[in-house]
Amino acid sequence: MYSIIETLFTKYALVGAFGMVALIMLISYGLAASIKQKRMGSALAIIIALVIAYISGKSTGGSKGIADFTLFGGFALLGGSMLRDYAIISTAFGVKLENLKKAGLPGIVSLLVGVSFSFFVGAIVAFALGYTSAVDIATIGGGAVTFIVGPVTGTALGASSEVIALSIAAGVVKSVMTMIITPFIAKKIKLDNPTTAMVYGGMIGTTSGVAGGLAATNPKLIPYGAMTATFYTGLGSLLCPSIGYMIINLFI
Amino acid sequence: MEIYGFGIVAACMYLGSFLGYGLGKLLGISGNVGGVGFAMLMLVLLSNYVEAKKGGFSERTQNGIRLLSALYIPIIVAMAAKQNVVAAFDGGAVAFLAGGVATIGAMLLVPFISKLGKSNTEPLVEEIAKEDAK
Repeated sequence: MYSIIETLFTKYALVGAFGMVALIMLISYGLAASIKQKRMGSALAIIIALVIAYISGKSTGGSKGIADFTLFGGFALLGGSMLRDYAIISTAFGVKLENLKKAGLPGIVSLLVGVSFSFFVGAIVAFALGYTSAVDIATIGGGAVTFIVGPVTGTALGASSEVIALSIAAGVVKSVMTMIITPFIAKKIKLDNPTTAMVYGGMIGTTSGVAGGLAATNPKLIPYGAMTATFYTGLGSLLCPSIGYMIINLFI
Repeated sequence: MEIYGFGIVAACMYLGSFLGYGLGKLLGISGNVGGVGFAMLMLVLLSNYVEAKKGGFSERTQNGIRLLSALYIPIIVAMAAKQNVVAAFDGGAVAFLAGGVATIGAMLLVPFISKLGKSNTEPLVEEIAKEDAK
């Protein structure tokens, strides 16, 4: 009996993941409707998914959330970067060219400000909490940019693996927090139009966080935020180990 | 046909990522620098061009693209379920403060930078609201 079920889940891994996600969304949209907050449906689904990821991580000791269970391996494919990027790109369909042009300048400014702001905030926190080597400080600062920039910076500068792990954790905190906080803070920061969505993508930059946060806020804004966010990690990987490190070196 | 929609997005993804990896190589970082952004830009340019020339893709082709974008939120939910949330919680004070302060601070700065394009923010709200109302 169990072996048949196991076969089904491992053989039809991707289909199983579709089914599970449908179930998660059914439950969260049902919950959202029952508290008369239909718009919160996707936010709830994301939060439930994160809770599942936490519980899975605790019980398997792995780093890939629910995908570490053999039965739910399909999540690795469905939630992986290939399908994510494929679907993100498709959201650009229907975007008006003039809206992009209008947000061009604030979009570019937000990328530069966003990367440097996160980097230096991360660096200051690292310094305040007792890290004194410029390499460690720059690596943790990179982690506050995104969980990819952290290890890229750390590897380039020769940081220890503990510090690199810490920088990844900082980036994951950012991504998870973005997914959870965005729908609640959206009104306050007027995140309801394409220009602000592009600025938001450029300021926060973590693609998964921005995508999840906007999905929970207003799916129509996703293409705008994703467009700038996708340049963020690249820009960070470029600036943090080079100019960023040099600036920190001046102060240390 | 619906599959044409899949094909169009796939072509944009390949071309965009080719540029992205090329740019990465050029800058000396291994990785895809803005590939998804380039691909999105191509899709925007292509669909705006076809719209102006022939009034848009055929209904069925559009359905293919729409199916993909409709899968987006479920994909994000699956992505959330495979995050290393334990690491985020176990990273300790440094990880939590560095990531958290950077996130909240950056969010609060958003309105100030949006002001650079202020004259453009308002009419677009109506457009989205109108589409929602449909």
